[in-house]
Amino acid sequence: MRDKENVLTNEITIVESLEQLKKNIFLLKVLSPGIASVIKPSQFCNIKVSELSYPLLRRPFSVSDIEGDFIYFMFDVHGTGTEILSKKKKGDKLEILGPLGNGFSYEKPFGKAVFAAGGLGAAPFPYLTKMLDEKVEVLSYVGARSEAYVIDYKMKNFHPATDDGSLGFKGTVVELMEQEKDKFINDDSIIFTCGPTPMLRAVKEFAMKYNIECQISTESAMACGFGICQGCAIESTEKDSDKYLLVCKDGPVFDAKDINL
Amino acid sequence: MSKADLSVQLGSLKLKNPVLLASGTVGYGNEISQFTDLSKIGAIVTKSVSLKPRKGNPPQRVVETPSGMLNAIGLANVGIESFIKDKIPFLEELNSTIICNIAASTVEEYVECARILDAEDAIAGFEINVSCPNVKEGGLQFGNDVNAVGRITSSVKAVTGKPVIIKLSPNNANIADFAQRVKDEGGDAVSAINTLVGTSFDIWTRKPKIYNITGGLSGPAIKPVGLAKVLEISRKVDIPIIGIGGIMDWKDAVEYMIAGASAFEIGTVNFINPGAGLQILEGLENYCESMKIDNISEITASYKLP
Repeated sequence: MRDKENVLTNEITIVESLEQLKKNIFLLKVLSPGIASVIKPSQFCNIKVSELSYPLLRRPFSVSDIEGDFIYFMFDVHGTGTEILSKKKKGDKLEILGPLGNGFSYEKPFGKAVFAAGGLGAAPFPYLTKMLDEKVEVLSYVGARSEAYVIDYKMKNFHPATDDGSLGFKGTVVELMEQEKDKFINDDSIIFTCGPTPMLRAVKEFAMKYNIECQISTESAMACGFGICQGCAIESTEKDSDKYLLVCKDGPVFDAKDINL
Repeated sequence: MSKADLSVQLGSLKLKNPVLLASGTVGYGNEISQFTDLSKIGAIVTKSVSLKPRKGNPPQRVVETPSGMLNAIGLANVGIESFIKDKIPFLEELNSTIICNIAASTVEEYVECARILDAEDAIAGFEINVSCPNVKEGGLQFGNDVNAVGRITSSVKAVTGKPVIIKLSPNNANIADFAQRVKDEGGDAVSAINTLVGTSFDIWTRKPKIYNITGGLSGPAIKPVGLAKVLEISRKVDIPIIGIGGIMDWKDAVEYMIAGASAFEIGTVNFINPGAGLQILEGLENYCESMKIDNISEITASYKLP
């Protein structure tokens, strides 16, 4: 059960394994009993990828799955930090700060869980799938450039969409959802989404059009991950608001109605 | 041997030790108190407070650079009214020394802030931010003008009996001239340095990585600059200096004190290691013990130049 208090911990974890899921997508498994016991789907951790002071800042990663005392993180290599992370070996130590932010909310009764993921935006869904655990029907719409980038790891009721049509529907995730909408728009569904900003914008528009609750898991460059650097600002929809929301503390999951993308 | 005396004196402000947490890297104490016992820290310098709330700059606001980071937060803060109502009660509970950092767009606004906050017993002193590189008005417009810095110092001193520290910019040629003017106008201390102006481009889109185009560079990358500026002030002006710039551990801190700092602020490291303050404190204690130093102040400006 994940009902313990959300206590923030800076834990020295131990790498258990590193698996290459796709061409450029990795799955890191670390032993982290303190954080694993409390973290919720789409909360995140800020990872110090090196014991040296380069790279300087930690890197934020969404939790991808939990198995007992182990946490899984899914990532792609796109810079120095993730490059270093992709070379970790079993037994390496890794300093992890977490759990951070607010995850998906799925406690209240609802009809169907509709996942809309783009590229690495699939990362938080294996854990959410597990937590929903047959309680509701899950529909997973997952998009990517082409088959080589589609992440189906531990996904249920999987519907892929690719830009080039090399796997599943040819087109975007939202175009696919539009085509399949009768499966979920009148079922008290919640859309859970994560991916590139243009996709999130389209998912939000789709959800508004059909009046479906939509929870968006956002990402942002950030330094601290716990609210002090103010680096991860995101625009609020509140009229005349005199402040930005923070992805790390107010998010990373927001109700689609609350943020401007 | 008994433990070394780590207390330091900054003009009329006495601190239990020289470790200060820099403005903008500890918020108003709330978040970082989860990681560290703030009552053991020399002082906390609050996020800049301005007369009215400031929304700050649009994202992207931060980016990592070689051994450092650029930030262009733009002085986002809750404003003085909410600061007093919502933030001070928590700061009071911390049992730590609180230095309130003030930002403003006009001399009058600095004065008004200091006048209002002078009534707050929880605030031990002020750090006046005349050197933020990320806002159009105020900030560097003052930080590069020695007469403006002098006018701000004397005007703020006129409305408060609390110690006034002026935070100086490294983005000018003669930092000692600024420190001298602060001293002449009755300022109690200077803190140096604020961030250095920098930028960074995405080579694929050719756009700046930061919305504000430029940001303030902090972190280990700026330590040699900070040290040189502190040394310059120390050699030319008789005023207490708070050293800032890229301190990651106790050795960096000792270096700043040798270069002339009476105390120091740690900033960027708080983002990476929120427990750094107490680790540095422990390192200082051990250093004093191994060097047989009775009072940490002995090392301030103890440089041996050729």
